[in-house]
Amino acid sequence: MKDFTFQRLAAAEDAARAVAGRPGAMFLAGGTTLVDLMKIDVLTPDTVVAVRDLGMSRIDVSDDAIAIGATVTNSQLAWHPVVRDRYPVLSEAILSGATTQIRNMASVAGNILQRTRCPYFRDIHASCNRRQPGSGCDALEGFNRGHAVLGVSEHCIATHPSDMSVALAVLDADVHTVQPDGTTRSIPFGEFHKAPGDTPHVEVALEHGELITHIVISYLPAARRSHYLKVRDRASYEFALASAAVVLDLDGDTIRAARLGLGGIATKPWRATQAEQSLTGRKATDDTFRAAAEIALAGAVARKHNHFKIELTKHTIVRAFATARNANV
Amino acid sequence: MTTLRVNNTTHELSHDPRLTLLDALRDVLGLTGTKKGCDQGACGACTVIIEGQRVLSCLTLAAACDGQQIVTIEGLIKGEELHPMQAAFLHCDAFQCGYCTPGQILSAVCAIQEVHAGVPSHVTRDVRQTVDGATLPDEEIRERMSGNLCRCGAYANIVAAVRQVLADEVRS
Repeated sequence: MKDFTFQRLAAAEDAARAVAGRPGAMFLAGGTTLVDLMKIDVLTPDTVVAVRDLGMSRIDVSDDAIAIGATVTNSQLAWHPVVRDRYPVLSEAILSGATTQIRNMASVAGNILQRTRCPYFRDIHASCNRRQPGSGCDALEGFNRGHAVLGVSEHCIATHPSDMSVALAVLDADVHTVQPDGTTRSIPFGEFHKAPGDTPHVEVALEHGELITHIVISYLPAARRSHYLKVRDRASYEFALASAAVVLDLDGDTIRAARLGLGGIATKPWRATQAEQSLTGRKATDDTFRAAAEIALAGAVARKHNHFKIELTKHTIVRAFATARNANV
Repeated sequence: MTTLRVNNTTHELSHDPRLTLLDALRDVLGLTGTKKGCDQGACGACTVIIEGQRVLSCLTLAAACDGQQIVTIEGLIKGEELHPMQAAFLHCDAFQCGYCTPGQILSAVCAIQEVHAGVPSHVTRDVRQTVDGATLPDEEIRERMSGNLCRCGAYANIVAAVRQVLADEVRS
């Protein structure tokens, strides 16, 4: 691990200023991504600014929204009784990721900022446009069984690994931040993550030194009928090969509105809006869901080893919607 | 300077910022019960309890634990009396080489506290329901313990040990 200076500050703006003033500085919350990647020299900050003690660890519930502090742990959020009741898709997504030890450490803001698990990103001897712009992408012709089929470019096919983010995408969360000068802003979740395009190293909409303070989810009555389904190589403690986050608003057996997010197959937490629109007004049958799945995957681009993910994801979508449809809520 | 409160003893450490909690415990404080397995957050051998929550000490910087209450395997025993989970691991033969065992035991102690708190896991059928220790299926124990790998494959007896402690607590 490269040497660094460790700083702990008392206010969010101070932390933002401390990072903004140094190009090589980074925020540290739970450390499950940062310390891991520092150990293998993928991240080499010269300054690490701890944000755990900035008073951002509360979950505030009101009738029309829930505000989640940036350093609330994944466990805190997944286990919160109001989250479990109003947004089961969010609890389920979080609980499907990692292990209790890691969820107890990892922060909510850190989860949405986590880096890809692409093995070429994690190996400093490999070519990776995301880690080192312009160096190439060894995944394109390499072992790409776990890689993305949606949102890909000729420069990067790495998946976004977060389960929680897929749920936050379908819940239309807003990411609230503070800038070094103290100004605040709110970023819609769909604009927060960036598909790689020509600039795979630009992963999120944050400026250097801009600090996430909290995430807000508006009350969505339909989310009581929601579900997260994750398909993976092991029953536990494994990243998704494919996952679907669904919200289903039913009027009898007719779909009033539906939401569909996809994980494990896309370069950013994916929202399949065209597939969602195709469901409005239809009967909630497996055939209807299959037709929507076809639309969701219409633009998929597979490489040598990950073609199976396209069909796998379609099945995942159908089963996720069917489970939500059949739930007693 | 970092203040580490480990098993109710306070230590003041002046250290390299790169020092992980795992290395601080083992190499600085001599508490070698906490094991270094993968050292990259994959195996759970380094599990400790910080402020009542089980976490991985290999991915935790010592500097980030300033002032926090830390419990390691050395802190579970009360005088000469083993913690019920330690006794259950012995009784159920829940280990072979023993390297993952300190992490398994600390993880299991917390897993049972989480069950008593009623919180769901990935395999809980409905996250709205409150789980009940008396009727907890084995798949719940396996899922809740999935962050601790055992290369000897003592899993069946580890589940039995957790089950025994749960049963004893429900009875008493």
